[in-house]
Amino acid sequence: MSAHQTYQPKTAAGRWLEERLPIMGFVRSHLMDYPTPKNLNYWWTFGGILTTMLIVQIVSGVTLVMHYTPHVDMAFDSVEHIMRDVNYGWLLRYIHSNGASMFFIAVYIHMFRGMYYGSYKAPREVLWMIGVLIYLVMMATGFMGYVLPWGQMSFWGAKVITNLFSALPFIGEPLVTWLWGGFTVDNPTLQRFFSLHYLLPFVLVGLVALHIWALHVPGNGNPTGVSVKSQQDVLPFHPYYTLKDGFALVLFFLFFSFFIFYAPNYLGHAINYQPADPLSTPAHIVPEWYYLPFYAILRAIPHKLFGVLAMFGSILILLVLPWLDTSRVRSGSYRPMFRQFFWLFVLVCIGLGYLGAKPPEGGYVFAARILTAYYFLHFLVILPLVGLLEKPRPLPPSISEAVLARRSAKLAPQPAE
Amino acid sequence: MSSATESSEPNRRDFIFIATGAMAAVGAAAALWPFVAQMNPDASVLALSTIEVDLNPIAEGQGITVKWRGNPVFLRHRTKKEIEEARSAPLDELKDRLARNENLPDDAPATDENRSTKDKPQYLLMMGVCTHLGCVPLGEAGDYHGWFCPCHGSHYDTAGRIRKGPAPENLPIPKIEFVSDTTVRIG
Repeated sequence: MSAHQTYQPKTAAGRWLEERLPIMGFVRSHLMDYPTPKNLNYWWTFGGILTTMLIVQIVSGVTLVMHYTPHVDMAFDSVEHIMRDVNYGWLLRYIHSNGASMFFIAVYIHMFRGMYYGSYKAPREVLWMIGVLIYLVMMATGFMGYVLPWGQMSFWGAKVITNLFSALPFIGEPLVTWLWGGFTVDNPTLQRFFSLHYLLPFVLVGLVALHIWALHVPGNGNPTGVSVKSQQDVLPFHPYYTLKDGFALVLFFLFFSFFIFYAPNYLGHAINYQPADPLSTPAHIVPEWYYLPFYAILRAIPHKLFGVLAMFGSILILLVLPWLDTSRVRSGSYRPMFRQFFWLFVLVCIGLGYLGAKPPEGGYVFAARILTAYYFLHFLVILPLVGLLEKPRPLPPSISEAVLARRSAKLAPQPAE
Repeated sequence: MSSATESSEPNRRDFIFIATGAMAAVGAAAALWPFVAQMNPDASVLALSTIEVDLNPIAEGQGITVKWRGNPVFLRHRTKKEIEEARSAPLDELKDRLARNENLPDDAPATDENRSTKDKPQYLLMMGVCTHLGCVPLGEAGDYHGWFCPCHGSHYDTAGRIRKGPAPENLPIPKIEFVSDTTVRIG
């Protein structure tokens, strides 16, 4: 990066510190002068939104812990105590519970953006794989957080999800007993989930640091997929992208606030306001919305072990995505065939999410099987083949020329190219 | 270790290096073990391992659920019709042909005699935990008039045997012992 080692603090105190710990130079080169492609669109703002949501979740979570009690006899009541007695407790809890949903909305947009623009392709494979790890840790954190209020859905969700591991041959049963610390989901389970739910966000902070480090080695991708070639192609991150990200963040927070203030329980389940009862399972149990596509895949397969393997496989397959896509053109904008399959894939994921919320019977199971098959087909057959078969559109010579061509196309009535 | 003078023959320094590394790995694994083992059921959880239940108040056609080690246990006083239904089911139609009864050998077949309580075949005593993903099945429900799991649609018959749906095994029967004519100890 061009700004490295060139920073000279203006004050004597600044120079004194910089010689001993070059932190201001680091901030400057990575957060201010960092050269960023000048054509990033609003889909690129979700990285900043996600970082902010992680901070929102940590701050609201640490605050909630000041009032929450992780014990089976008190957890449910302490959450009600937060809602009724604690000053602004309702606000803190609704920020945290809806914040989890917002975090997942943002991460799904961020992931689909990466898929559309080929952000996982060389030289950004490690960046992408760290991203998949972040997503996995997010899912584990979200799952354990949902158990803490100790309502009916908390308890039965925890029971069903931990029982998934019992499908593994030989080690399954002892592994589940080890996870529970007993013979069912009980107080030891709640306490360890609480401990890990507090720990994992800080693991996420570390992973996010690695993610940004891996990003700053090759630099950002961009909507054309063409690499940065000259200073003409880039702008300093500050103020150009601090402001663009900031504006997107304000819009995102408006959306977030709508849920906090006007529909705080819309994304949850009413039955979780009923205390956990280990002797009675609610008639219809479903996980939180952000797990539904994977839940649909689990239930689509009429075999316990293979269902579990397909569910985990559907996430882990993302780790090898950089090697499944055979096309060397990064951006989907220049790949006419890929683009159609991409949108079909988005629809399939949404469809699986819809089916995951439906009872597992009749036509729903059949539809889930078709969509599950398509999900894997997309990665294992369509992506490798499309890369070989399609003829991509011509790429612009540089980012700068792509931007200028678009501008002249806007000024002149005839289409460019 | 890329100096030109290095011989290809391993020397004593290499041996010490590898031996030290191996000891460090063993030490690290030993230090890790308590942190892994602490997550297994502790002494207080294991101490809650038996309960006694009086079967006398359960009338024919009635069932109760008791809690043992945090899990529901179904105790059902079956009707003549239910027993007959369970006994008339052909063994080769069953999804799981093992009795899953801890009071019997592991390879005992899943006949109704092997599933119901010894000498008191009207009683059926088993874990109320679906063998699929651990939900509690609903009684007197499902296609086989036994139990039905609402989570993922498993049907059990009147002997608690899995007949239809994703669950792989019959509902397990824990260790039981009659301490008097009507009182049974579970665990």
